[in-house]
Amino acid sequence: MGMPPHPSTWLKVTPAGLFCEPGGFCIDPARAVDRAIITHGHSDHARPGHAHVLATRETLAIMTTRMGEGRAGETQQALPFGETLTINGVRVWLRPAGHVLGSAQVCMEWQGSRAVVSGDYKRQADPTAAPFEAEACDVFVTEATFALPVFRHPSPDGEIAKLLRSVALFPERTHVVGCYSLGKCQRLIAMLRQSGWDRPIHLHGAHVALCRVYESLGVPLGELRTATVAKKDDLKGAIVLAPPSAVADRWARRLAEPVTAVASGWMRVRQRARQGGVELPLVISDHADWDELLATCAEVQAPEIWVTHGREDALIHALSLRGVTGRALHLVGLGEEEEDPPAEDAAA
Amino acid sequence: MSLPAFAELLERLVFTPGRNAKLALLQHWFATQPDPDRGIGLAAITEALRFTAKPAMIRDLVMTRTDPELWRLSYDYVGDLAETVALIWQPRAGVNAPPPTLAEIVAALAATPKAELPALIGGWLDTLDSSARLALIKLVTGGLRVGVSARLARVALAEWSGQPVEEIEEVWHGVAPPYDALFQWLDGRAPRPDPRDTPIFRPLMLAHPLEDADLAALRPQDWRAEWKWDGIRVQATAGPGGRRLFSRGGEDISAAFPEIIEAMDFHAVLDGELLVLRDGEVAPFADLQQRLNRKSVTAKMQRDYHIVVRLYDLLFDGHEDLRALPFDARRAALEAWLARVAPPRMDVSPLIPFDTIDALATLRDGARAASIEGLMLKRADSAYLAGRVKGLWWKWKRDPLTVDAVLMYAQRGHGKRSSFYSDYTFGVWREDGELVPIGKAYSGYTDEELTWLDRWIRNNTTNRFGPVREVERGIVFEVAFDAAQLSTRHKSGVALRFPRIARIRRDKPAEEADDLATVMALVENRAG
Repeated sequence: MGMPPHPSTWLKVTPAGLFCEPGGFCIDPARAVDRAIITHGHSDHARPGHAHVLATRETLAIMTTRMGEGRAGETQQALPFGETLTINGVRVWLRPAGHVLGSAQVCMEWQGSRAVVSGDYKRQADPTAAPFEAEACDVFVTEATFALPVFRHPSPDGEIAKLLRSVALFPERTHVVGCYSLGKCQRLIAMLRQSGWDRPIHLHGAHVALCRVYESLGVPLGELRTATVAKKDDLKGAIVLAPPSAVADRWARRLAEPVTAVASGWMRVRQRARQGGVELPLVISDHADWDELLATCAEVQAPEIWVTHGREDALIHALSLRGVTGRALHLVGLGEEEEDPPAEDAAA
Repeated sequence: MSLPAFAELLERLVFTPGRNAKLALLQHWFATQPDPDRGIGLAAITEALRFTAKPAMIRDLVMTRTDPELWRLSYDYVGDLAETVALIWQPRAGVNAPPPTLAEIVAALAATPKAELPALIGGWLDTLDSSARLALIKLVTGGLRVGVSARLARVALAEWSGQPVEEIEEVWHGVAPPYDALFQWLDGRAPRPDPRDTPIFRPLMLAHPLEDADLAALRPQDWRAEWKWDGIRVQATAGPGGRRLFSRGGEDISAAFPEIIEAMDFHAVLDGELLVLRDGEVAPFADLQQRLNRKSVTAKMQRDYHIVVRLYDLLFDGHEDLRALPFDARRAALEAWLARVAPPRMDVSPLIPFDTIDALATLRDGARAASIEGLMLKRADSAYLAGRVKGLWWKWKRDPLTVDAVLMYAQRGHGKRSSFYSDYTFGVWREDGELVPIGKAYSGYTDEELTWLDRWIRNNTTNRFGPVREVERGIVFEVAFDAAQLSTRHKSGVALRFPRIARIRRDKPAEEADDLATVMALVENRAG
């Protein structure tokens, strides 16, 4: 028995993305491959056209809804949390990542050497996603979307309370909340329900399908209605969820004097919020903030941290102050679906 | 809880574009906050209360707790010093103190020596969340900038309390932060505060625009006519309690016009027009603009822009309130007062004699000096009443000038118009065949026209610069404006006063829009 091989000898950055060489599979590949393991259903991680896809049952259902029957892997294999699979001698298991429904960290062990690819993750409570579980490892692969010490997400309950106070202050106006259709939308609905908001919640057409998938996977969301067919008067005092690109554009004209809110970690920085014409910024994020990133990197006890995408400079610098080696992977194509500032006039 | 509550108010005000929503937020503040915090908040928002801690002191404070590289990356990203500090500040573990109230902050800042300020502020920051930290930093460094004027705050006070805004304006400059006496009155717990000799603002009497239907009913003998001067309407008030120059909306603009304050060696309240004189003639408005919105003014500015007040009315002579007298009596009193006191830099706006309304119309049409906007008609027996009382004073502006210009750029509006491209930059043809912008307008069209323009702009965009779209040269506007003046700020060299869209000329191809020479011919302040 020699030393276990360093993960960089068997987990490699290729043009398609992170590739586990002995296992013969890619994790969240940016192009169609033979064997893919998918961490979660956001489109920058889950792409169509792979021959074989391994993921949680929830992620497979989400992918199928978004891509269409047959496009989300010619063959699909569901791997529940807590079960282990051996692929060409590589032990593989999934751990909850807390990002969106079904989101998982991919844990791999090869000849006693262990790496964990966390995908996107957060540590805040989320009634729609199983909470993150830390797995000790030799290399931890992390995102860095909010890796600056200015990003410390406030309590999401406080942000929901802020929204409800605004609804009380402007009862004649529609509150339209810009949010991404997978994850944020359903989390907001579930948090509103927890706060006692039991009135119908109205949805932009683009949000309907995934809410139905969540419900079919056992996440109750209460009464939902389509805002597109509602009368203006019925939307007075209502809460409407829509894609960020729609809230300040033509689509929003159907609403009664809308208060434009956006729920995103970027709302922490005022200039970002003002650029989008946001009237009520809500700092609610599905990504780890600065403290969560550092705490998680410490918790997994990995001597080496690889950073997939985001603000890797600051994170790697902060890790170096703690005696941990950081490495920027510069993976392309990640961070493009959600948490990006909304593009003006993007199709809804 | 009051600093966090104040922080939430500030945040909502900063992000809220709509006037009505701002009013609702302010009223909520007055209705829910305890004294003296609601008054201190009011003073801070309207910048009647200003602290002047240096931003550098705040930065030094945060640097004692932050890694320099992480600070650099963060500041680069956020771009604003106060906001970066507020966001990056890491409260000391175990701090359990409640956040300070506004009253505690004001008292402690006044009592603390400069050298101890960092420790004081650092201690507060430890008790606050990021939004309250930002509010505190902006408060102590004197830069709230939430887009609420004192005038808007007074309207909110009026709507919330049910007292007329004119009454609030009368006492406004006689009360001081935290406005205990004001709130006691508005709460119904005390009579209206008595300003005594404090130089306060009295709401101005305003005029309605004269429509053709009103014109027909006028009997010449009942009316007095004056030129409508194109300057800034002001109220000059002076007496044993001090001297103030107020704008039309009741803002104290004394600091910008020290020479006028110096000239006000009398005890009276006067209504007049602030103007720049050049070689004895009234200069165009653009000259006066150079002197506006300044906190202080250099001797050179005072020499280059000779400021005078052309008097319209006398409201108080000493302690005597003349406002209930008829216009003719006040006018006689004004002329007598001016002859007696003869303050420098002040003259009277002359009455224009006329026999018939037709003769007046001819005078109005002939008035093309840049300094004259048209005529004012005042009923001979009108008392001086606050606000815009119909039928007593008319403003009769001369017909606007027009030019056919091509739409070049469009930008989204604010509030209700935030989904519409509603702000238009238009231009005319220069000799070399290039289109040069001459102005920007965001009014004058109907809702239907706006919808039509918005769709046209989206379908004919050639370029984007952030929120601005450049469009095909395909829309001609007939633009109405009150005057054209030379300007160094515009590429075309000309600026329009009060431009608005008079018509969309769908019949006119862009090539047939006006050229720059046509616009230049309308400029009134051309050299020579």
